[in-house]
Amino acid sequence: MNQYIPVLLLFLVSGGVAIAMLGIAEFLGPKDPRDKFREKMEPFECGENQIASPQQRFSIRFYLIALMFIIFDIEAVFLFPWSVIFQELGLFGFVEMMVFIIVLGVGLAYVWKKGALEWE
Amino acid sequence: MNSMTGDLLETVVKIAFVIGLNLGFFAPMLGWVERKQSAVMQDRIGANRAGVFGFTFIGLLHSAADAIKLIFKEDFIPRGADRMMHTLAPVIAVVPALAAFAVIPFGGKFELAGHNVNLVIADLDVGLLFVFAIASIATYGAVIAGWASNNNWSMLGGLRSAAQMFSYEVTMGLTIIGLVMYYQSLSLVVIAEKQVDFWHWGIIYQWPAFILFLTCAIAENKRIPFDVPEAESELVAGYFTEYSGMKFIMFWTAEFIEVVTISALCVTMFFGAYHLPFISPDMLVSIFGGGDFGAIVAMLIGIGVFVAKICALIFLQMAIRWTLPRFRYDQVMALGWKIILPASLIWIFLTGLAILLGLMPTV
Repeated sequence: MNQYIPVLLLFLVSGGVAIAMLGIAEFLGPKDPRDKFREKMEPFECGENQIASPQQRFSIRFYLIALMFIIFDIEAVFLFPWSVIFQELGLFGFVEMMVFIIVLGVGLAYVWKKGALEWE
Repeated sequence: MNSMTGDLLETVVKIAFVIGLNLGFFAPMLGWVERKQSAVMQDRIGANRAGVFGFTFIGLLHSAADAIKLIFKEDFIPRGADRMMHTLAPVIAVVPALAAFAVIPFGGKFELAGHNVNLVIADLDVGLLFVFAIASIATYGAVIAGWASNNNWSMLGGLRSAAQMFSYEVTMGLTIIGLVMYYQSLSLVVIAEKQVDFWHWGIIYQWPAFILFLTCAIAENKRIPFDVPEAESELVAGYFTEYSGMKFIMFWTAEFIEVVTISALCVTMFFGAYHLPFISPDMLVSIFGGGDFGAIVAMLIGIGVFVAKICALIFLQMAIRWTLPRFRYDQVMALGWKIILPASLIWIFLTGLAILLGLMPTV
């Protein structure tokens, strides 16, 4: 556990650096009252008024990517500990993991065939 | 108690060194390299305007001028934006970029005045996993920035970066499995130590992993040719369209530090970390007369070699950035899922087969 204290320290220092950067800008930068220039505070839309709010529903594709991420990230999580002790496991471990990878490979092929990887 | 104070002091010095190296040297230098190298590659004169009394130092002062200018800029938050999230996003981008350096060894282990100095902030057994875990936090920075800005361009950029970074995070993890099988460790300190011998450098047997990993890492960092989340010609500036002044420069700092992190990871895993080819740190210590003096000189040489290798890989990344055009979004996703993912699975299979058949002598 002791070895994680430096990590925590580094996190605190980097957080401090980031907050200091924000603080400098807050302290030194000009501050206009928010109502002074109403037009300026508009979100950038190439000079037009915003007609569609960005906070609305969007394509299902992005959810599909998120689902695939979970499946294949778990595969990666299983592979990491296996790869460290791979040489101790020898041939048995190798065949075992290749079966696992082939099963997931079939999954990838199915997703591919279904067109989930296509963007139109 | 006394040794604990010593350890704490050592850690503080190392953290100060790493933060200073990144923010004080690499981040401003990369701002300059990006301009000057693009100028050289495109046969332009490039950055040469900012100067003091007529001395321009080949454009080196531009970064300083930028920093001073951006400090004094207004912190702009558009109407309807989530003010707290808008402020939090650049912090989430910068902190993981800096924190990923915790597990990267930058100079080796030495005995100095009876005290063992290990030049890494935290010698974790799961170093590589730590880096990947930290790198995935950076995704939130881009996504939150895109969502909180109340801007359509930002939203599109944020969505694109979410899908792209998720996809390449998976593949980046898989590309490195072959290397882990070769070195049998997830600790970057152990991997670095195993490369004392030049013939054990990762690049020799694991060069396909290097190509795949570098591609994924550049995509994960959203740089050209994979910069679809910020694509200037389509999305204005993508997820940081609505950022100005210091917050804007925080996103850029994060991106530059990630370039350094990628280079440092590649150096540690594939290019012999802080080792010179054919000369081990022990030999260096004895060449310089052994003892504390020898250890200090060897340590400085180790750090110097590490930084020089990082600079070489930064040069490579910048050359890629100024050579290739941006890919279309579907091409980016197809490359990740249809080429790199199967290729890295095949590479895992080939590495395993080669090790079992004794074709790849392991360390």
